[in-house]
Amino acid sequence: MAVYEVFRQEELHEPPAHAGSVEAPNDELAAQYAREVYSRRGEALRLWVVPRLAITQVEDPDFLNSPIERDYRMGQGYRITVAKRRQLRSTEGTAS
Amino acid sequence: MIDLSHIDDTDIRAEEFLQAVRDGQQVEADDWMPEEYRFRVSRFIEMHANSEIMGALPERDWILRAPTLQRKLAVTAKIQDEVGHAQLLYRLVEDLGKPREQIYADLIAGKSKFHNVFHYPTKSWGDVGIIAWLVDAAAVISQAALQRSSYAPYARTMRRICWEEAFHLKHGEDIVLTAMMGTQTQRELIQEALNRWWEPLMMFYGPPSPPEKDKDLDWHIKSKPNESLRQEFLTKYVPRIREIGLTIPDPELRFDEAAGRWLYSEIDWDKLVAISRGHGPASEQRLGFRRLTYDETAWVRSAINGGNELVA
Repeated sequence: MAVYEVFRQEELHEPPAHAGSVEAPNDELAAQYAREVYSRRGEALRLWVVPRLAITQVEDPDFLNSPIERDYRMGQGYRITVAKRRQLRSTEGTAS
Repeated sequence: MIDLSHIDDTDIRAEEFLQAVRDGQQVEADDWMPEEYRFRVSRFIEMHANSEIMGALPERDWILRAPTLQRKLAVTAKIQDEVGHAQLLYRLVEDLGKPREQIYADLIAGKSKFHNVFHYPTKSWGDVGIIAWLVDAAAVISQAALQRSSYAPYARTMRRICWEEAFHLKHGEDIVLTAMMGTQTQRELIQEALNRWWEPLMMFYGPPSPPEKDKDLDWHIKSKPNESLRQEFLTKYVPRIREIGLTIPDPELRFDEAAGRWLYSEIDWDKLVAISRGHGPASEQRLGFRRLTYDETAWVRSAINGGNELVA
């Protein structure tokens, strides 16, 4: 018996989302159980039924997050442009 | 998730953990947990799972006795949902460390608890309507609160369960309303069922318990106190029950404006304890049925498992 994680895609252009797990002796029964437990009302367009052991969980905060600020990668790191534009507009405006 | 890897001392870790859950933080399945938290959350979910699977039994009796094909299909679908919910919840208990075989063995040996309402017999079609409407309504109120449980896998599962429960109430209400719009005999059937089910309904949430005495509440395994759930149930359903012509069999039941709460006849909490311990009117019969079917289906488990060890 192995635990399988079940991902369910409900809409055509949406990614599959984690729905839960089932325990089964093989892939075929895992798919049956996944449909019964996680798509009994036909909610799924598609199911991914994946052995839990096939999944690598990554959650070390030091690995995932940079120790330094990287707001040069985010749009909100460029709010200064508002003030700069305002200043330019006012100097250009007084020029003849 | 709660990350306490920087703390070496287990006692301090436990204190930090409990403070984090009290502050509203959530726990994932592979987080470190104090042993008592793990034990309590596992037991809580196990009782819920057992209630789902035992809850299928009173309704199962009525599949062959449903008055119309549509009702037969609806009752069957509801039972399918309950068993599906048990599957979802048993998975959570397994991930907390208790194997399915052990969970099931404890249940059929009478060592585990399940909700009081499933220890009572169903006597008529009126029971089917009252249970599907009001017992499920009571469950939905506590399940909605459990969507904020500190144990995240349980909170997520509760969202799915609540979504699936939606039709159960409507189906039950439809049965009751249809009968109340029918003959005098049909109306009496519903009233008689309500007369028997009111006491178990009032007991359903358990005795009032402040957080100091209720660790499940203190640690946010459940997020609302028992009495506030009961008050919520009464506020929502007493008017709905009365307005269709039913009488609630408690002459003391009334809303006290000054106190801002419902007052009702004193509940015999010792009786609830006895029932929870398996001394309800249908407890032995239902557990006996589970034992019987467990033995009868051993060959199915064996076949699925390729002739190897048996699982539930």
